[in-house]
Amino acid sequence: MASPPLLTATPAGDVLELRPGGSWTSANVTTLEALSDTVTGQLDGSKCVKLDMAGVRELDTLGAWLLEKMSRRAASTGHPTEVVGVADNYAGLIEEVRRVNRRNPVPVPTLNPVVARVNDVGRFAVGSREDIGIFLRMLGSLFLALVGVLRRPRSLRVTSLVYQLYKVGFQAIPIIALITFLIGAIIAQQGFFHFRKFGADSYVVDMVGILVLRELGVLIVAIMVAGRSGSAYTAELGSMKMREEIDALSTMGLDPVEVLILPRIIALIFALPILSFIGSMAALYGGGLVAQFYGDMGPAIYIARLHDAVSVTSFKVGIIKAPFMALAIGIVACSEGLRVKGSAESLGKQTTTSVVKSIFLVIVLDGLFAVFFASIGM
Amino acid sequence: MQEATQQFAIRVKDLVVGFGRQIVIDHLSLDVRRGEILGLVGASGGGKTVLMRTIIGLIPRQGGEIEVMGKAIGRSEDRSTQSAAGRWGILFQQGALFSSLTVRQNIQFPLRENLVLSQALMDEIATAKLEMVGLLPEDGDKFPSELSGGMTKRVALARALALDPAIVFLDEPTSGLDPIAAGEFDALIKTLQKTLGLTVFMVTHDLASLYTECDRVAALADGKIVAIGPMRELLQSEHPWVRAYFHGKRSQMLQPKAS
Repeated sequence: MASPPLLTATPAGDVLELRPGGSWTSANVTTLEALSDTVTGQLDGSKCVKLDMAGVRELDTLGAWLLEKMSRRAASTGHPTEVVGVADNYAGLIEEVRRVNRRNPVPVPTLNPVVARVNDVGRFAVGSREDIGIFLRMLGSLFLALVGVLRRPRSLRVTSLVYQLYKVGFQAIPIIALITFLIGAIIAQQGFFHFRKFGADSYVVDMVGILVLRELGVLIVAIMVAGRSGSAYTAELGSMKMREEIDALSTMGLDPVEVLILPRIIALIFALPILSFIGSMAALYGGGLVAQFYGDMGPAIYIARLHDAVSVTSFKVGIIKAPFMALAIGIVACSEGLRVKGSAESLGKQTTTSVVKSIFLVIVLDGLFAVFFASIGM
Repeated sequence: MQEATQQFAIRVKDLVVGFGRQIVIDHLSLDVRRGEILGLVGASGGGKTVLMRTIIGLIPRQGGEIEVMGKAIGRSEDRSTQSAAGRWGILFQQGALFSSLTVRQNIQFPLRENLVLSQALMDEIATAKLEMVGLLPEDGDKFPSELSGGMTKRVALARALALDPAIVFLDEPTSGLDPIAAGEFDALIKTLQKTLGLTVFMVTHDLASLYTECDRVAALADGKIVAIGPMRELLQSEHPWVRAYFHGKRSQMLQPKAS
């Protein structure tokens, strides 16, 4: 049924007679494009064009458009064009194609690249001011919700709080313990490997102890909680926002911050110090194992050295940072969740943003605390 | 047989489809004539979309035969149905436009993947299709997220028609559109069906579309086609479900205008 497409061009005096034939359909597009290109030169050179379509067996939009393009090209140079032999069943299609592509799309104005760059930087700056605004507003409404709960303790969602505590605290213990254990072991191994050259093996314990308790224990745990629980908060609140659940809560006269966000952030503030403690212990244990099997230092010596090296102050410096980091993670995660718009793409985008921002904030906070503790001599 | 092949675009014989122990389509037979607009009605969750998705090979079947444009559709879930891609175009309920591509790239996608042609010609074809579905050439640079519901359906239709298929499947084309947009979309389908000589298989709940647009209407109930024919024949049908569907309170409101 499908016959190969043909195109014969016969010049007769001033008239160029074009006879397309066969199947002018999408399936033969490569041949068709080549065919129509070959006659373009002849089209421009002839005075009058006659297009005889009697030989066309099959025609679709693509074929009709190629034929139309030929006659349009001839017409554009001012030569009269005649189309004959259109089969009845294709007349409608030809008519339709004659109407399309008549005008070029209005070009979208493009900015000068330098201006565009400056524009982007400006927008980013304004955007980050807005981010700070959102953060402070969330902190404020959280405080108001907390005051409300303190005045009417019964309005605290205990079930939700316990459930969140279970999810972000208890369920996170195995993975947090495993990761911090490995990190403690790696630090100790590196310490022994390099300190041995100076005969300073015994100071490895000081390094592991101080590093883990003051900095790494809480920092690693906070980063992991931001990735694990912060993203979960954003995704949960975001999908609630998408399904208009949060709007439904507001119309029932309830404050979404009090019902949804306060329990989540309180859970995080309780969970993060506990997890940091567990993480620090796991890291010290990892360091101890490496000391025994790699550094030839028995557990008794390790513990004795640890006792000399670290004080309660080191532990306090570490653990006091945890609730603040939890607050930062919680606020970023929840406010990003509430910024989700209707689509699934925006949910994904907001979740990514939430994790990136909260990890960034955790590290900035850690730096600020380092400055603070240094200036008060802790 | 040859004559029958010429006459029918889709032939479904004794089709059985089920999920687990639940049978959704139960020994169903249906013929769709070439060049007609067939409307399929049925209860929500009654298997209309399942029937459509089985014909286009997205859901495996347990028994029966399906023939599209004279060619049997394989039973397995493999990509052998791909060879049929040029023969049909599908308008999914939510449009199913690729969100990372612009409207123009969406329409060009089937062309780019299946044919070898120059970018210039592809751009011209995409613009031609856009105009045929009643959109402006400028709309080609938009992303799917910037389109309204009606425009999304139009772009999806343009993409379904990109390869000039013989058959178009429409899954609830007017759902989610306001009555004016729905009416315009119905008219568009009718016009394109005439100019391009399409066979249209349409799943719909829209009574107005059924009255104005469809040459024949098939009613799906209990996993079978219980009535098929032009709208006026269906209105005479004695089948209880069909009576309830077309003579219910909501339908009665539309009756005087239609008859």
